[in-house]
Amino acid sequence: MKSGIVSYGAYVPRYRIRPKDIGAVWGADGEAMGRGLNIRSKSVPGPDEDVITISVEAARSCMAKVDVEPTDVGAIYVGSESHPYAVKPTATIVAEAIGAAPVMTAADYEFACKAGTAAIQTCMGLTLSGMCKYGMAIGSDTSQGAPGDALEYSASAGGAAFLVGTDGVIATLDHTVSYTTDTPDFWRREGQRYPSHGGRFTGEPAYFRHVVGCAQLLFKRTGTTAEDYDYAVFHQPNGKFPVRAGKQLGFKEAQMDTGLLVRDIGNTYSGAILVGLCAILDEAEPGDRIFAVGYGSGAGSDAFDLTVTDGIQKLRRDGRSMKAMIEDAKFIDYATYAKYRGKILLREGSA
Amino acid sequence: MAIPRFWREIPSRYNLIGTKCGSCGKVDFPPRAICPVCGRKSLGKMERFRLGGVGKVVTYTVIHEAPAQFEMQKPYVVAIVEMDEGVRITSQIIDADPSEVKIGMRVQTTFRKLGEEGEAGIIHYGYKFRPVS
Amino acid sequence: MRDVAVIGVGETAFGELWDRSFRDLGIEAGLRAIQDAKVTADEIDALYVGNMSAGKFVDQEHVSALVADYSGLADQHLPTVRVEGGGACGAIALLQARLAIASGMHDIVVVGGAEKMTDVGDVQAAQILAGTADQEWETVFGATFAGLYAMMARRHMYEFGTTREQLAAVAVKNHRNGALNPNAQFQREITLETVLQAPWVAEPLGLFDCAPLSDGAVALVLCGMDRARKYTDRPVRIAGSGQASDFVALHDRRDLTTMDATVIAGKRAMQEASFEPKDIQVAEVHDNFTITEILAIEDLRFVPKGKGGPATEEGFTALNGKITVNPSGGLKARGQPVGATGVAQAVEIVRQLRGEAGKRQVTGAERGLTHTLGGTGATAVVHLFERGD
Repeated sequence: MKSGIVSYGAYVPRYRIRPKDIGAVWGADGEAMGRGLNIRSKSVPGPDEDVITISVEAARSCMAKVDVEPTDVGAIYVGSESHPYAVKPTATIVAEAIGAAPVMTAADYEFACKAGTAAIQTCMGLTLSGMCKYGMAIGSDTSQGAPGDALEYSASAGGAAFLVGTDGVIATLDHTVSYTTDTPDFWRREGQRYPSHGGRFTGEPAYFRHVVGCAQLLFKRTGTTAEDYDYAVFHQPNGKFPVRAGKQLGFKEAQMDTGLLVRDIGNTYSGAILVGLCAILDEAEPGDRIFAVGYGSGAGSDAFDLTVTDGIQKLRRDGRSMKAMIEDAKFIDYATYAKYRGKILLREGSA
Repeated sequence: MAIPRFWREIPSRYNLIGTKCGSCGKVDFPPRAICPVCGRKSLGKMERFRLGGVGKVVTYTVIHEAPAQFEMQKPYVVAIVEMDEGVRITSQIIDADPSEVKIGMRVQTTFRKLGEEGEAGIIHYGYKFRPVS
Repeated sequence: MRDVAVIGVGETAFGELWDRSFRDLGIEAGLRAIQDAKVTADEIDALYVGNMSAGKFVDQEHVSALVADYSGLADQHLPTVRVEGGGACGAIALLQARLAIASGMHDIVVVGGAEKMTDVGDVQAAQILAGTADQEWETVFGATFAGLYAMMARRHMYEFGTTREQLAAVAVKNHRNGALNPNAQFQREITLETVLQAPWVAEPLGLFDCAPLSDGAVALVLCGMDRARKYTDRPVRIAGSGQASDFVALHDRRDLTTMDATVIAGKRAMQEASFEPKDIQVAEVHDNFTITEILAIEDLRFVPKGKGGPATEEGFTALNGKITVNPSGGLKARGQPVGATGVAQAVEIVRQLRGEAGKRQVTGAERGLTHTLGGTGATAVVHLFERGD
């Protein structure tokens, strides 16, 4: 018996900002930065949006595609590094908002950008063991980069929810393999507004070592190579790293194109690989195989291989597709962006 | 807003739970103990009813002078929306330029932040409307 | 029912009265009314005070006893009542006081209305005012008080073609009248352009479509008609009163462009008095926003539904027009210390019927009407007055 994805849903806020508008404020060549990162724009959450609202929208979109009783969702885990509360889980609010509460378990996860994939693994275990009929794994973020820092060009907002189970599966989660070490490439101390990172240390010893290493473990576990897959999606902190990693592993650009959303919406952190997977599932056909490797700083990778089933044709496609959400873009300037992102010091008592 | 006061209304604010009168079928939002049409005939007959979340704009305004907790959003649109079930509710319209809002426009509910009790306080969530895509 | 008359009136100026406290205001108006009525302290049987929110504006509850106390009446040990009903509280206080005399329980009752709104900042004052709207299902979602009235205006424009110019005409007229009123908060005429170009508050209402925040107090003395001539040779009789309520949230009302509470309160009052709208020469209606006056003159049947805008534009309701509406300047120009409004409107009508209105006198005024609203129309009170001499 296998567990797999029963349904999925995503949400990306509609505001966007371009690298050149960020660079202009900090005296940098924003367009060159954008080219260097292979990012054309990134998403920005509106003033009334946060990880909780994004997670709820993604979860509702997920539930709307299938006829699953919300009370059969026995577990909800939300992974993020920008939960609105440090203490009080996002997952309980999602649970109420989709009608799954109260007979169920919930918790929030943190593991930089791989908190969402960790949630998927947990749900696999819970459903395969029969402890829960379905589990919901959500990865969503509204992460910030420090003003003027390189991360400001890429840190964005968005999220996706996956309903995991063994019944009515649209894509089986055939295998999952993880690779975890203590590697301090990117972190944020409690109480600090913005994260810190190790500059070039975030590349080879961090992202590549874990993503490529974990991917190779998955190839070994499954007895496959890159050619066996129709789609590949990697964690995407920018538009260059995942392409380089993919090519190192033998994947072609065509295989990676559909999932490479970072170019238009930036790095949605815990949501990144998950929204990429949603874009793939929007167009995948029965029999397609998907290779997915997430990465979270600190550090670790979770890799999955999936096979799309006939079940995907039974999904209700009423809501907006990933493509439609990406195209529904409203561009804003840096001042509006700074206002929305709370980077302007407000008077006490203002929201 | 005091914690219990907001918490009590979560089913209605998150999930549009209202009531339907078992006597005449009228849908009310928020839930009512007595149907305004049937009066006492409806006692004990008010059933929990969830609104579908879609409706049309009946009237609207663009608010420029706002209370402190809405400063970040102004100018913002507030509308009275007639839900498909007949009942009308009031909330903001977001994801639309104020100039795009028209009486008769179809809108659907979304889940958004309504406000918070300052930086250290509880955050309130609830429904707002966006144009139907 | 025993007839009741107004035998004395008194008021403070309305405005931003920085050196007057809530107590100062209440006493001043009360003492003037008592002097005008020529009653003595021991002749007063009760005090009714209309006040919307002293608790929030100045942290003071229990204001009826306080007003009696500071008016030097504490040793009379009067029964005192504070009435709350949003913006209608003064008018409700008047109605309750009338009933107390009509029932025979009392003979002479002082009715006051007072509000001190400027001790708190503008934003906070607006939020306190919004307390009369639905807190759980309107304001928490971002609807402001002006926003709710703006939505009525938008719908009225949509259904009847009412224009911004017609709304502005209400403000222009009321400022013209206010310029003739020495107690008004604003005694300056304004032009249509000023109103149309003012910054938005909640579209389609701009700054000049909205009544100001004000401090002020008014009072009047009621007496059984059978005894009124002992005190004055110009008593003004309350010919009829009507009060009605409605759903609190605007979205629950039957019709966004009609205030059913006004319609019914008006009919109840007119039925009691046996008046028709055409019998009335002068009216003080609730114009907290320009749209509110337009709705009022329609709902009180002075003009057909939908015609309030054109009628105002054409001068139907101007000073000494077909029916003079808001000769005092209305809430817009005279000011709106909320608790005082209903009583202030009555005081103006009484002065008009006594022929004491100076430059804003309506010639041949025999019958007058006051119309006062609570919230966005969940309460309406109409009083009709007639010369008693």
